[in-house]
Amino acid sequence: MLYYEAFGMEPALSLDADELKKRFYERSRQWHPDKFSRASTAEQDKALEMTAVLNDAFRTLRDPIARTEYFLKENGIELSKEAPPELLEEVFELNMALEELRDGDDSARPQLIAARDRFVAMRGEIDEALQSASVRYDASKDAVVLDEIRASLNRRRYIRNLIREVENVLPN
Amino acid sequence: MSFQIDFGTEKSPIVGIDLGTTNSLVAVMELTGPRILSGIVPSVVSVTESGDVIAGADARELLLTHPDRTVYSVKRLMGRGVEDIQDELKLFPFHIVEGSESTIKLKLGEKTFTPPEVSAHILRRLKLDAEAELGVQITQAVITVPAYFNDAQRQATKDAGRIAGLEVLRLVNEPTAAALAYGLDKRKEGIVAVYDFGGGTFDISILRLHDGIFEVLATNGDTHLGGDDIDNLMLRIALEDIQSEWGFDVSTKSDAVQLLRRAVIDAKEKLSFVPATTIDLAYGGKTYQREITRELFDKLAAPVIDRTLGPCRDCIKDAGVTVEQIDEVVMVGGSTRIPMVRSAVEVLFRKRPHTELNPDEVVALGAAVQAGILSGDVEDKLLLDVTPLSLGIETMGGLISKLIHRNSTIPASATEQFTTAVDGQRNVLIHVVQGERELVKDCRSLARFDLKDIAPMPAGFARIEVRFLIDANGILSVTARDSRSGKEQSVEIKPSYGLSDDQVEAMILESFDKAQEDFNERQVREARVEADSILAATEKARKNDAYFELLEEERTAIERGVSELMVVYHGDDHLLIRSKIDQLNEATNRLAENMMNTAVRGALKGTNING
Repeated sequence: MLYYEAFGMEPALSLDADELKKRFYERSRQWHPDKFSRASTAEQDKALEMTAVLNDAFRTLRDPIARTEYFLKENGIELSKEAPPELLEEVFELNMALEELRDGDDSARPQLIAARDRFVAMRGEIDEALQSASVRYDASKDAVVLDEIRASLNRRRYIRNLIREVENVLPN
Repeated sequence: MSFQIDFGTEKSPIVGIDLGTTNSLVAVMELTGPRILSGIVPSVVSVTESGDVIAGADARELLLTHPDRTVYSVKRLMGRGVEDIQDELKLFPFHIVEGSESTIKLKLGEKTFTPPEVSAHILRRLKLDAEAELGVQITQAVITVPAYFNDAQRQATKDAGRIAGLEVLRLVNEPTAAALAYGLDKRKEGIVAVYDFGGGTFDISILRLHDGIFEVLATNGDTHLGGDDIDNLMLRIALEDIQSEWGFDVSTKSDAVQLLRRAVIDAKEKLSFVPATTIDLAYGGKTYQREITRELFDKLAAPVIDRTLGPCRDCIKDAGVTVEQIDEVVMVGGSTRIPMVRSAVEVLFRKRPHTELNPDEVVALGAAVQAGILSGDVEDKLLLDVTPLSLGIETMGGLISKLIHRNSTIPASATEQFTTAVDGQRNVLIHVVQGERELVKDCRSLARFDLKDIAPMPAGFARIEVRFLIDANGILSVTARDSRSGKEQSVEIKPSYGLSDDQVEAMILESFDKAQEDFNERQVREARVEADSILAATEKARKNDAYFELLEEERTAIERGVSELMVVYHGDDHLLIRSKIDQLNEATNRLAENMMNTAVRGALKGTNING
């Protein structure tokens, strides 16, 4: 996987954030285009290319969620865009409340705040589950765990969108 | 009597240039640190009645007498289209040529200029000043831009450099440059905020320092907010005043407006140091005077200053830090001299900001440090900057799909797959925009890329991989390839604003020839100055006793040297003048020695001899 290669690391779902940062600074010092301004055009292009990949890789790998999504994608696993069925009823009610608030009915506000808090808590739980699943996968390389991770990510993405929607309507 | 100046073969340095809205400066990195070359150059360009283009302090004077042939604050127009600048046109006396659209053309006297050409004249002034100071030709530069400049504004700045005969090795963001100049890396680790409030632009950047690495975490700003805006508010009040006092409107008299604008700026600058001053105008035999207190000034400036605080808060949030985690705050730009600006920043960041370095010079000094990094002279520092605006492509229904998010470290890239929608489709058009909003119409159109000559196949079958790359200057390039065949796919780029490569090329040739001419002329002028001094010294020495102690042929050699130098003196070959200077120097060597000995003897005898 290109992004791990850029850091000279073996692909893994969990990784040492400090080590990643250290390697990022080291490699930036070596590869940055600033270090090649008097080199040939070919070398300059190469430095630009390598640094762009390094930066893209750092942005992706330092964020556990982005890293996991990248890892799945590289393993040929796509996330789905469908709503997790267990949330459907809740989402239906949420949409009604959102509609009411947008229509100027302030009585929906407490319900929305409660819903947001519930979703934020759910996201926290998912993040914890993802973290432990990542460790389990790295140790076992068990494809079943990857499926579990995929399901968690789907759910998380959906919940994140819900939180965003509620926050757009609720001024802090 | 050796007047030789070393015009040796030292490699030509890379200069650092702060191309500001109000003032510009050039600096160079030396062993002892960055140094400003020559003084502040007002960012003003004027066309004289004889058709000469001048830039800098002289042009600034012409702003008062020939406002119709003179332009200032042109940075506000860089990389913009006519529809973008309607607000600016109400406040600034830009003379836009009818029919300008995606490329603005300005009229100065009988000539027309695009904003990059105007800027190129300022750059050339700086280039000439630097060459005069350093005695070598300058061909490479680092130029600073507001951190919040978009792709088109950056491209326009780079074009200006090319037109001025400068290879722009790097565009550096102004606040980041300032951080480099401040020597903040003495602190090995820390978080620093740079508040940069200039004549026409505002930037805020938050950086993490790590062992010589300056890593920008987030940046925000407003490319049309600056001290200019305060000037305009004061100007409006003074104009209203004058109308009620004098009974007529002087706002249509451009020379009066420029005089008044100067008076307003003087008053603003004084109010940073005294509690009250006056705005004075003498025009058409009438005089106007009005007292302005700092209290009133603060009331006027408050809304403008307030507009800088929102971006600061957003930037802190985007950087993922709290106010308490910010270790230092640095002030940059002339407008940070205003006491109210300082106190607003202190309140927001809860610490006293750094104001030790001259806020007008610090950006140019930082540009010189970056030039040193590029030349390899500065090895321990490295700047990791970010792109200020998200990059996206237009999708169905005028929506945007974001590819590279704002505050991504640059260089940055993104790859996207495209396909065809109709059987046999040969072209795919990609519209690239920059901005944070969801809809295309609320963002800045950058360019349209046409993927051409796609092999005909059923709809949805083509696989074209497009790579968007933002380089270390913050400028976008796009490449495409057919992912099935791996073949390079041709891309035709239509920039939404700015000049085409051919246009820039045409502009360069013209001014580059001139720059070459200028350089030669100056070389000749400098050689003549040197010739003058050796001729004067020789003339003086010929009255000295030591001259008569020389051998006959030595005296003849000196006579010949003088007359040959005088023959070539008025020619335009500086090398020839220099060779005759050398020849005369050679011929006068023994004379100089003798005089020195006489002087020493005299000194031993206790007599004072002025050789």
